[in-house]
Parts: sequence; structure tokens; C-alpha cells
Amino acid sequence: MDYSVIFSYMYTEIALTGVIVAALLYDLIAGKRGRRFFHPVMCTLMLLFIAGTVFPYHKDSGEIFGGMYVYTPVYGIVKSVLAIGTLIVFLQAGSWLRREDTRFKRGEFYVLTLSTLLGMDFMISAGHFMMFFIGMELASVPMACLVAFDKYKGNSAEAGAKYILSALFASGLMLYGISFLYGTTGTLYFDDMPAKIDGSALQILSMVFFFSGLGFKISLVPFHLWTADTYQGAPTAVTSYLSVISKAAAAFTLMVILVKVFAPMTEYWQLLLYIVIVLSITVANVFAIRQKNLKRFLAFSSISQAGYIMLAVISGTPYGMTSLIFYVLVYMVANLAAFGVIAAVEQNSGGKMDMDDYNGLYKTNPRLSIIMTLALFSLAGIPPFAGFFSKFFIFAAAFEEGFHVLVFIALINTVISLYYYLLVVKAMFINSNDSPIATFRSDTGTRLGLVLCLAGVLALGIASSVFDGISLYSFGLMQ
Amino acid sequence: MVQMEYYLIVSTVMMFVGIYGFLTRRNLLAMLISVELILNSVDINFVVFNRFLFPGQLEGFFFSLFAIGISAAETAVAIAIIINIYRNMKNIQVRNLDKMKW
Repeated sequence: MDYSVIFSYMYTEIALTGVIVAALLYDLIAGKRGRRFFHPVMCTLMLLFIAGTVFPYHKDSGEIFGGMYVYTPVYGIVKSVLAIGTLIVFLQAGSWLRREDTRFKRGEFYVLTLSTLLGMDFMISAGHFMMFFIGMELASVPMACLVAFDKYKGNSAEAGAKYILSALFASGLMLYGISFLYGTTGTLYFDDMPAKIDGSALQILSMVFFFSGLGFKISLVPFHLWTADTYQGAPTAVTSYLSVISKAAAAFTLMVILVKVFAPMTEYWQLLLYIVIVLSITVANVFAIRQKNLKRFLAFSSISQAGYIMLAVISGTPYGMTSLIFYVLVYMVANLAAFGVIAAVEQNSGGKMDMDDYNGLYKTNPRLSIIMTLALFSLAGIPPFAGFFSKFFIFAAAFEEGFHVLVFIALINTVISLYYYLLVVKAMFINSNDSPIATFRSDTGTRLGLVLCLAGVLALGIASSVFDGISLYSFGLMQ
Repeated sequence: MVQMEYYLIVSTVMMFVGIYGFLTRRNLLAMLISVELILNSVDINFVVFNRFLFPGQLEGFFFSLFAIGISAAETAVAIAIIINIYRNMKNIQVRNLDKMKW
């Protein structure tokens, strides 16, 4: 067997495994003095990893291990997007990891985070349900450890318990669905399955069970109950990772599987998604309005954003896939900017995280306030920023396929979401406060991460080459 | 020979007993046991489908092997987190996990 084929298609995963091993060895060998440079070393390694894998080595798609692992250029693009997001999370986690009570276990943070990233990469590239399942579990088991990372704080442990039990339950339901798919088709390969799917009642049941497993990862509305608690209790760096990277990988995988495997049942999953989208966007918006804690607030905002992402999935067209990846990219920079500001304020003010604490922040920390404002504008979709364009593409993708009422409901909800995003802006700029958070200087890593996010928010919408570049490789339902 | 339907009845009962237990039990370990019931019912399903419907293949057997291994890993993490909760609050009743709500 020619091993060079494996290397040429699986280069992202192999390089990432190398980074994980390097992190483990560095933690082991470096000693107390060397570990002070852990953060810059890891950021440099991630940068090298991204630089080495961002340009696809192949222009055509291929598969190895008898079709269990599939490579297409668009998967490579999504993996690069996820890796860039992870780098930004690392940059922003620096000051938290240098703190007294987390310093001794920072090696674990890097290894666990990169393990989940590896799992997501395998999940995206899966061509077989077993590969997909292993990738998903590799992404969710270390994630539970990360959520419970601050183990001497009650909230973190509580969040970890809620996350791992819901994750187990969801993956059990998903496996039950997959088992009936196997029973009715006799295969688990994505390529062989569509020919044997005929839309019988048992297959619809198993599709719904399967969908609930991924819906949990994306935190769509009937499966969202863990989201707010886990987001609030987890350390802020982990929350930002969870809300962006994990969600993006699961959403993309869901689209790939619905389009590839469940193509003969399009009318059923479109109906399912229709209901789920309306519920996600509306319920999450209503709950977001009444939140006082900023992390909970962003949790509900991320649920409603997940609903918008599903608008791209429901179309099932190549244009829909392009707009999904673009939306995920834009959502990533905006959300990471917002979480970066929250993390910086939390680190420098002794854990303040309520909306009232942000009153008058503009007077003391004008730059952070402006970054937060731009990020929230982008999340809400206000025109000059990238968020407007990504929302526009998503709506266009769904509108083209005839979901007019759905797009109308989503548009109304965009207006509602503008209200609660502006509540935070109002707190920072208008509300008066006798004792606002004192002026502080955040560390270099946080600033670098925020600048990267800000550049993304400002430039991604205007640089049309990004969207065009993605659209060259996207695929959709075979008509 | 025992027919396939009987095995499927057992696995379906296990599945829904697991769901019922997960939703009604108020102890973290009992909830974990209920989830294990769900995962085991899935393993039975895979093995039975493979044995009776597609006897020439091995996909279902291998899937259930991997599912058993992965669920063991998940359980280990879950128990570690439950022990951590016990250390923080001295019991593992769900009603005490109410620091964060709504």
C-alpha cells in the first residue's frame, strides 16, 4: 500500500496530531522555567500549523481507507477556518492561563482543546458513520473536561455535569437512529446509503433520532437546554471555543450528511429544519432579552445564530454551503471579539460579568467598548460590517429555494435581536455609573486576538474574494 | 432459534427504560446508569441486525465494539466530574445543581 496517499489527503489531521504530541512533550520536558513560555510556543505552533495547512494540496477530492475518510477541498477550507478560530481562542486565553489557580494545568488546556479540534476534523472528513461517531465523541469527551476545567469552582463542575450527561444522552439517541439506519440499509458508508434509502417510516424515525444528536451539538432549540448553564459555568476561554468552533464543525457536518446521505428524504428533513429554525430563532431571542449575565446572554444569542446557520442548511444548494461557511467565519470573528472583551474585563476586574457592571465602560476603557460595539453590530447584521453580508447570503440561499415565509420570520427576529444587542451598547455608552470598571491594559495576546477579530469584522464583508473563493469548491444536493 | 423480533423488543424496552430513568431520576449516578442502558440497547440493535439481516458482514459487530469502548471513555469522564461535584458539595443530588437557572 502506498502510504504517501494517506499523507497527501490527511495532512491536516497528521499535522495536528504532531502539534498535540509536541504540546504533551513540552509540558513533560520543559520544566518550571520553560513552561513560562508555553503560551507563545503554543501560539507559534498553531500559526505554523495554519500556515502549513491553509492552502489545499489537492484541487480534486479523494478518499482513503476504503471510503471511510473523504477529502474534498471544501473540507480543507472549513478545517482551516476552525484552526484560525482556535488560534484566536489561544491568544485570548493567555492571561487566564497565567493566573495562579490555572497555571499548573495549562498544558492540559492546550492538549484537550487540540484533541477536540482533531475530533472535529475527523468528523468533517468522515465517509462512514463509525468514523463520524468516533470524531464526534473525540470532540465532545475532552470538551466536557474543558468545561469542568476550573474544578474548584462549583459553577464549573455543575456546568461540566450538565454538559457530559446531555452529551451522553444525545449521542445515545443518535446511535439508536444510526442502528436503525443500518438495519434498514445494511451499510454504514455515506456513499452507498442514499441508493438504499426509500423514505420508509423507520428511516424517517432514525433520521429524526440522528438529527437530535447533532442538534444537541449545535444547540438548536428543542435540544438547547444545556447551553446557557454550560456557557455560564465554563471558563470564558472554553465558552468562546464551545460557542464558535464546536458549533461550526457540527453545523457543517450536519449539512454534509443531510445533503449526501439523506438526499432521498429531502422533503422530510426540510420540514424538520423548518420547524427547528423557527423555534430556535424565536425562543432564543425571547430568552436573550431577559438575561443579565453577559455569558448567558451570548449563549442565547448563539442559539439564535445557530438557527440562522440552519437557514443555509435547509436550502441544500452549493450556494447554501458557501454562505454557511462564510456565515460561520463571520460569526466566529464577531463572537470571539465579544468573548475576548468579556474575558479581558473578567480578568482585570475580579470576575465582573453582569450587564450592569458594564455601565459606563466607555468612559474608562473606550477601545474595548468600541470593539465590543462593532462585534455586536456585526452579530446583529448592521450594514457596513461583515455580519450584514453573511446574513444577506444566508437569507438569499433560503429565499432562492422558496422558503419565503421562513425568511420573513427570520427577518423579523433580526430586528428583535438588534434590540438586545443594543442593550449592551447602551449600557456601555449611555448608562451612568458611579463606580465603573477601572481603566486597565490587557495583555499582548488578548490585544492581538482582538485586532485579528476586528480586522475580520471590518474587512470580510468588503473582500468579496473570500466568498468567491469558497464558492469554487462548494457542493449541494444532486438534482 | 430465537427470532429477531424478541431481541428487538428487549432492546427497545431497554432504550425507553433508559430515557424514562434519565428524565425522572434525581441522582447523578442513577442518571448515568440510565444513559448506559440506552447505549447498551444500541449495541444489542447493531449486533442483532448484523447477525440476522446481514450475516455475511462485520460492520455492525465492529460498530458495537467501538460504541462500547467510547461509551466506557465517556462514563469515565462523567464519573470523574461527578466525584468532583461530590467534593464540592458533599452530595450528588440533582436538586443541588441549581446555582445557574434560566
